[in-house]
Amino acid sequence: MTTAILALEDGSVFEGRSFGAPTERSGEVVFNTALTGYQEVFTDPSYSGQIVILTNPQIGNYGTSSADNEANGPYIEGLVVREFSPIASNWRSDADADAFLTRAGIPIVSDLDTRALVRHLRTRGVMRGVLSGVETDGQKLVEKARSIPTMAGLDLASRVSTRQSYQWTETVQQCSPSDLIGPQAEPRYNVVAYDFGIKHNILRRLVHSGCRVTVVPALTSAEDVLALKPDGIFLSNGPGDPEPLVTQVGNIRKLIGRKPIFGICLGNQLLGLALGGKTYKLKFGHRGANHPVRNELTGRVEITSHNHGFAVDPDSLKLSEVEITHINLNDQTLEGFRHRGEPVFCVQYHPEAAPGPHDSHYLFDDFTRLMREAK
Amino acid sequence: MPRRNDLHRILIIGSGPIIIGQACEFDYSGTQAAKALRADGYEVILVNSNPATIMTDPDLADKTYVEPLTLPYLEEIIRRERPDALLSTVGGQTALNLSVELAEAGVLDRYAVELIGAKIDAIKKAEDRLLFKDAMRKIGLETPQSQLVNSITAGLAFADRIGYPCILRASFTMGGTGGGIAYNKEELVEILERGLSLSPVHEVLIEESALGWKEYELEVMRDLADNCIIVCSIENFDPMGVHTGDSITVAPAQTLTDREYQMMRDGALRCLREIGVDTGGSNVQFAINPANGRMVIIEMNPRVSRSSALASKATGFPIAKIAAKLAVGYRLDEIRNDITRKTPACFEPTIDYVVVKIPKWAFEKFPGADTTLGTQMKSVGEVMAIGRTFKAAMWKGIRSLETGKAFGSEKYDKSLLANKLITPTPDRLNYIRFAMANGYSVADIHEMTSIDPWFLQQMKEVVDLEGELAKTTLAAATSQQFRTAKRFGISDSQLAKTWGAGEIEVRNRRKQLGVKAVFSRVDTCAAEFESFTPYLYSNYESACEADPGTGKKVMILGSGPNRIGQGIEFDYCCCHASFSLQEMGVESIMVNCNPETVSTDYDTSDRLYFEPLTLENVLNIVDTEKPDGVIVQFGGQTPLNLALPLKRLGVPIIGTDPADIDLAEDRKQFGNLLDQLKIPCPANGTATSVEEACAVAARIGYPVLVRPSYVLGGRAMVIAYDEEMVRQYMREAVTFSQDRPVLVDRFLDDATEVDVDALGDGTDVLIAGIMEHIEEAGVHSGDSSCVLPPQSLSEDALRTIEDYTVRLAKALRVVGLMNVQYAIQNGVVYVLEVNPRASRTVPYVSKATGVALPNIAAGLMWGRKLKDYGFTSGKLTVPQVFVKSPVFPFNKFHGVDPVLGPEMRSTGEVMGVGTNFGEAFLKAQISAGSPLPEKGTVFISVNDHHKAEAVAVAKRFAELGFSLTATRGTATALRGAGLVCRTVLKVNEGRPNVVDLLKGGSIQLAIYTTAGASAFADEKSIRRSAVTYRVPCITTMSGARAAAEGVAARLRDPIRVWSLQEIHERKTVA
Repeated sequence: MTTAILALEDGSVFEGRSFGAPTERSGEVVFNTALTGYQEVFTDPSYSGQIVILTNPQIGNYGTSSADNEANGPYIEGLVVREFSPIASNWRSDADADAFLTRAGIPIVSDLDTRALVRHLRTRGVMRGVLSGVETDGQKLVEKARSIPTMAGLDLASRVSTRQSYQWTETVQQCSPSDLIGPQAEPRYNVVAYDFGIKHNILRRLVHSGCRVTVVPALTSAEDVLALKPDGIFLSNGPGDPEPLVTQVGNIRKLIGRKPIFGICLGNQLLGLALGGKTYKLKFGHRGANHPVRNELTGRVEITSHNHGFAVDPDSLKLSEVEITHINLNDQTLEGFRHRGEPVFCVQYHPEAAPGPHDSHYLFDDFTRLMREAK
Repeated sequence: MPRRNDLHRILIIGSGPIIIGQACEFDYSGTQAAKALRADGYEVILVNSNPATIMTDPDLADKTYVEPLTLPYLEEIIRRERPDALLSTVGGQTALNLSVELAEAGVLDRYAVELIGAKIDAIKKAEDRLLFKDAMRKIGLETPQSQLVNSITAGLAFADRIGYPCILRASFTMGGTGGGIAYNKEELVEILERGLSLSPVHEVLIEESALGWKEYELEVMRDLADNCIIVCSIENFDPMGVHTGDSITVAPAQTLTDREYQMMRDGALRCLREIGVDTGGSNVQFAINPANGRMVIIEMNPRVSRSSALASKATGFPIAKIAAKLAVGYRLDEIRNDITRKTPACFEPTIDYVVVKIPKWAFEKFPGADTTLGTQMKSVGEVMAIGRTFKAAMWKGIRSLETGKAFGSEKYDKSLLANKLITPTPDRLNYIRFAMANGYSVADIHEMTSIDPWFLQQMKEVVDLEGELAKTTLAAATSQQFRTAKRFGISDSQLAKTWGAGEIEVRNRRKQLGVKAVFSRVDTCAAEFESFTPYLYSNYESACEADPGTGKKVMILGSGPNRIGQGIEFDYCCCHASFSLQEMGVESIMVNCNPETVSTDYDTSDRLYFEPLTLENVLNIVDTEKPDGVIVQFGGQTPLNLALPLKRLGVPIIGTDPADIDLAEDRKQFGNLLDQLKIPCPANGTATSVEEACAVAARIGYPVLVRPSYVLGGRAMVIAYDEEMVRQYMREAVTFSQDRPVLVDRFLDDATEVDVDALGDGTDVLIAGIMEHIEEAGVHSGDSSCVLPPQSLSEDALRTIEDYTVRLAKALRVVGLMNVQYAIQNGVVYVLEVNPRASRTVPYVSKATGVALPNIAAGLMWGRKLKDYGFTSGKLTVPQVFVKSPVFPFNKFHGVDPVLGPEMRSTGEVMGVGTNFGEAFLKAQISAGSPLPEKGTVFISVNDHHKAEAVAVAKRFAELGFSLTATRGTATALRGAGLVCRTVLKVNEGRPNVVDLLKGGSIQLAIYTTAGASAFADEKSIRRSAVTYRVPCITTMSGARAAAEGVAARLRDPIRVWSLQEIHERKTVA
């Protein structure tokens, strides 16, 4: 058994069993409480720059399946689990989780007390850390953790974004003959999707709702976007702090009022900034698939998938211009808002799920409705 | 949508006696619902025929009725109480069926009672298999191909079309009763015949088999605003083919990708919406073909279920409590999560541990029963274990089962391996381990069992480690090895066994190496938020979250899994101990591993440890909590077995000294004590060998009662009429007795048995109840009906009993509860046994007297005196007549002889309340599911010994308007006494015989006694047919006399009910 070490900037050192790539990676250490969907977490570009702790103690059980990737490969910096399965047991699996992450050069530390670690981060807040399968001196790793840049102020979105624009055509696929995904809508709307680290399931859901999607790089100008004659513009999720994304915010500001806009996660934060609001860093973020969000327009509660470390401060928004549409019932944070005068809306959480409950798929149809009304 | 203010009085129906498929999980759900509704200011009227429940405590409802759960009695209660609403979803299938009956009979409309929780249409859509199938097809969910049939011919035709094996399920039955798997035509006919007769609507569903598919359950909640959440996903370790109640189950689901899980979640929500369950909890079962992911929906229950109890305990989310609140109008987002306090109940719990449930069976009680597990549930209880990983939880669960056998000492038969893996039986789990240790690969075992390879791989890792550990020694084992072993769930006692050391030696060495148990919290949120509820489980992680209090505290050891002889009665006692401690300002700490119980509700005690009741686990808690006292006398035999070892290790046991408890169990010492006190007991002796047993029997004279020491429920107890029987018994019983001797007692023929419960504080002794058994001595006290107050005992006998009881309590220095069993033969009172601890009858006596005995007992153990409760020496009286009757599981074990004997076989009990014995007995029989007829034919067949009594009983039935039928000898005796009687053939005499009459419905009551122990095929087939065709069958003469009284009451008395509150308005002490 080879060991791996997770060292945190506050001096805590956790030792466990090494899986994955025998290497060393650093990043912000965060935790996710979802019970299913580890592969979607591995491959979500929003986890770029982060070492992820999964609170579900049994990881790797069902292997990985290329159909479940949220990007072309894993984006997490490292993985921390309580127990890692040496075998993959599921008919859809085409690689076991160990091979999947090893191939991508991602280290895993297993067999450590993830609960203690989560309680530590819950009280102290998320922090920087190093996960190493090569270095055995915990103190050296603590020093390294202290030397890496903090997440605040970091523009990771531009780093993970596509270099070139492309068309996306894949729609939602059944995962089994019994999967009820519903009929696909006729493709009626041209949507330009800003890629700040976009998840594939967002693209699949847009296509499923009747969109022809063109994905563009994060720094594409507003003019270039409008030149594509879109019916609507989509602002994607993505990693890191929204505040340094000044150019992107500037572009978005120019697009408000021109075309219907739908934003998810980072897209929500950027819209908040574009509308004059402020964002702030949450102590330990929201990462999981069980968050209750109340739709203030209907009163209905949706169980939602979350992955964000920053949020929009509702007090910073001009309520004459912006209407709050979604509230998190756990901590009353802002989960969604819309423009009172323009066809612009966004949510902080992940209606495309993957992983997570499908309660909020309706938002994609809301987007196509806005585009229909604007036509 | 806040609470509804148009409702004021709400009726809750409980689930009745504990039976296979419906156990104390519904006491848990009913109790939670009653508490939640009262906390909201509603008046609660509660009905349940089961006196052993917490929910029937008069403190939990405004009106509590211990009355039969049948239409006429419910109507009378509704007529008296005029509730505004009926909550139908927290009392299991019994309450749901009864609610439908009340609605269909127009009772609810007549008294303007609104059905809340699930509406009648929703119940029907979910319960009626055809409607359900159509509804599912409509929303795009697949169901297995199936057809409802009402005849054998139709069944055969459909089975031919879908092929064998196929699954049969009887409509409107519970726990899979009347169902099965048919592999061929012959079996189809057999199962179908039984199913059709057991189904109240004479209907059976035949279904395409999904044998070997992965099986799942989702626990879903929905509110009136259509907010839906999944509380928990459960994956069955045993794939499709084994009833969920008989399957090992695991939470959360382990082998589903997010896509598959969400597909199932979407399906479950669609199902709930389509069925129209407005509010509350439901469970939805799915099967997934592991080869291609095809998913079918199996069934849904529009009510709180056994799985809901498990899901509640597994996640910390109180489903029944929330369901009750939703039923009165609250929305999920208006209810707070008790554990985190800050977040709402409208979320989906996430957990950072694994929960394993393992069923417990009681086949040793039912020789001849088929131990194959199939679609009909056969287990009598279950344990739940929480571990940080599946491995830890599984191994913890295995040792929670209390099999009585040390881990690793099980005997295996190598030649049976393949068969034991392929055919699911209770042994399968052990055989999987055995196969692994013998080189079977995960793939091999998967092929034979269809169990998911992931589960098997996990087990294999532990088995491999066990092999590694066997290569080292206690002295050589490293801290890393200890740590890995403990993190894999391996117990100290197993390590001790492996290394040939003592358990405490292993424990000390382990602690010396720094490998110590810590406790984590069950918090609904994987530590994302702070937990304010000390609901804990042990593990070998790095941090301890127990955070013990600093005030005075007492730990209560619970009774573990339900089994025959040790069930809900002890949970009642443990819960009351906890309430009593809290009332005295002492912190109560509960330890138990049974997810069905009220005691494992996180708000019953101040602190809850969900842990196995083994020495190791209890000591770990003691080390952490350092309690001021530990209560061992309320949880049945389980904690008593730990009492002496705990005491030896310096753990402060409060109440009667374990040495005195032990003295009462020790034949020799106890014999000496009785000699000193000059209290007679049947001649007896002890034996540790076959020859010794025969010698003792010869000395004291036959018949003799032989039994092992230290068991509850008469396990392995028989009446031996000759030496051959003693020899045979000794050969079979040694495995049970281990180092404890076998007890041999003179058996008292035709004696009246009496049970006494008493309280002692060291000075005073209060006699709480003197219960006269209705069956003669020889029938296990747990299987005998009994009555309070005694009906036929002389003043003399009563005085003697009181005198003996007081002297015994003083001699044994009883502090707390004591139970004494007496037999009265020819006017002489003999002591049969004394148990200085809570007995099975404590809740019944508590309900009958209106005094919660265990509550006071816990106070006495903490140092209070009877005087403090307003009592002195003396005895409690009862204001009416209360009959307790047992309920048997014979309809689940076909092929088993349903005769009563010294081995306890009942699973539960009911209480009947009346102004006279007949009325109380009648109600008890109705509640027990064997209602006495009001007219028709009585069949009588008795041995010569009972002929005179039979004449008297027959005469009584004739006066009540019944016709008589008897076998030749009995008929002659009856005619000789001038009675009119038809003669019927015995089974071996030809046809048509008595069994034909039973099947044909021309006998309404059967009275049958047998001579000695010789159970002829004839008698057995009569008793079996009576069970199958639901004809009450009475096998003792005293039972027959009581039945005649009951029938007389049925013809004479109106339907009357009393609430416990009105019965006990005036409490009196004689």
